[in-house]
Amino acid sequence: MKYIDEYRNPKLARSVIQEIRRIQTRPWVIMEVCGGQTHSIVKHGIDRLLPDGVELVHGPGCPVCVTPLETIDKAQVIAAQPDVIFCSFGDMLRVPGSHGDLFTLKSKGADVRVVYSPLDCLKIAYANPEKKITFFAIGFETTAPANAMLVDRAKQEGVKNLSILVSHSLVPPSIAYILQSPQNRVQGFLGPGHVCAIMGYREYEPISERYKVPIVITGFEPLDLLQGTLMVVRQLEAGRAVTENQYSRVLARDGNVAARKLVNNVFEVSDRKWRGVGWIPKSGFKLRWEYRDYDAERIFEVKEIDTKEPAICISGQILKGIKKPHDCPAFGTECTPLTPLGATMVSAEGACAAYYSYGRHLEKRKAEAAQLGGAA
Amino acid sequence: MCLAIPGKVLEEFDRRGMRMARVQFGGIVREASLDYVPTAKVGDYVLVHVGFAISTVNAEEAARTYQLLEEMDQLTELEAPVVDEVSARKPQ
Repeated sequence: MKYIDEYRNPKLARSVIQEIRRIQTRPWVIMEVCGGQTHSIVKHGIDRLLPDGVELVHGPGCPVCVTPLETIDKAQVIAAQPDVIFCSFGDMLRVPGSHGDLFTLKSKGADVRVVYSPLDCLKIAYANPEKKITFFAIGFETTAPANAMLVDRAKQEGVKNLSILVSHSLVPPSIAYILQSPQNRVQGFLGPGHVCAIMGYREYEPISERYKVPIVITGFEPLDLLQGTLMVVRQLEAGRAVTENQYSRVLARDGNVAARKLVNNVFEVSDRKWRGVGWIPKSGFKLRWEYRDYDAERIFEVKEIDTKEPAICISGQILKGIKKPHDCPAFGTECTPLTPLGATMVSAEGACAAYYSYGRHLEKRKAEAAQLGGAA
Repeated sequence: MCLAIPGKVLEEFDRRGMRMARVQFGGIVREASLDYVPTAKVGDYVLVHVGFAISTVNAEEAARTYQLLEEMDQLTELEAPVVDEVSARKPQ
């Protein structure tokens, strides 16, 4: 496929790796922010192709992962009501809340539907006027224009039986939060290409300046990720710290102006809780007052739900780049994609689930077996 | 989740005032909204996320990036023996 295949050329990949090796003089820790990038890195083994001194750690950019348990529980309370059709992207359905997941609820008879696009909900609303349609509007900035369009169209067309349960996160505040941690190890970032396709990258420039970190907005194919890494390492080696754009075929500095405008009309910035991490100020979206009639939390008045996460889970530290999946005693044993204990295992784009999907838990087992063998 | 795939705009049409298109991804054709890419036209490649084109692929920038990578490849080929010596000394 055009614009995909050429960015998977192994010969060119090798030469970018050689160039990184040639210029690198000391160890660096670089975080890829977006879960899609994490998945691509682990799938293609890019972190293992890099020279030893260039370490990739995996960031908080998986919206499914960081959706708080309370919100998942709320979604289930709403979905369980007999007059509701609950719509969601497919990857939210397996995420366990305090009492099972949406799939289980569906198997018990709740009308839970997977949609490809938020706009599908509008069709469902027209076809089922006697039902209340609720869409689980999760995502980062990339998905916000689609969710904003759903609500805006519903308002314009006078659709009354539709609402959204908002769980939107924003990338720049989470990067700043990571950099403010006293335990921070991250020295440079691969910025989220598709988030910036919407938002542009002006917001990242003051972060580079203030925290003295290179941020390179990067695409998702192997060559994109390698070239982005090379650009970060170049800056680090030269003592520079600016925001650059590797993904120029897709985005420019201002992003998508039309999309940003509608997002800004429909949503406003709010404080937000991130699963595994906690509250981060001004790191999410909520619906503006003008769109309150479409806010599922108002319509259904679900009470605050008190939840607990398993104490063993270290996903918070993984999301901040302080630890990696192998550092967790439960990884690949108690905690697997079928029985996830925390944020980074609940979605295929979480670091733990990506490691598991590509067999890295087996290496951990092998290493432990070898250690036991050696001890005996 | 932020997955977005480049596809070719085959044709445009209107649906209740929305500017829609049929977009081809390899062997698959799907509908997508063009409301956020006002300048996209038939034949362009657009990046589609959850049913919305969010960006038009800039063919010139794509060519430029690729050329940079190819030039780097040619340079590393010239330097290849040196790199081999280094990697022979330092086993991975």
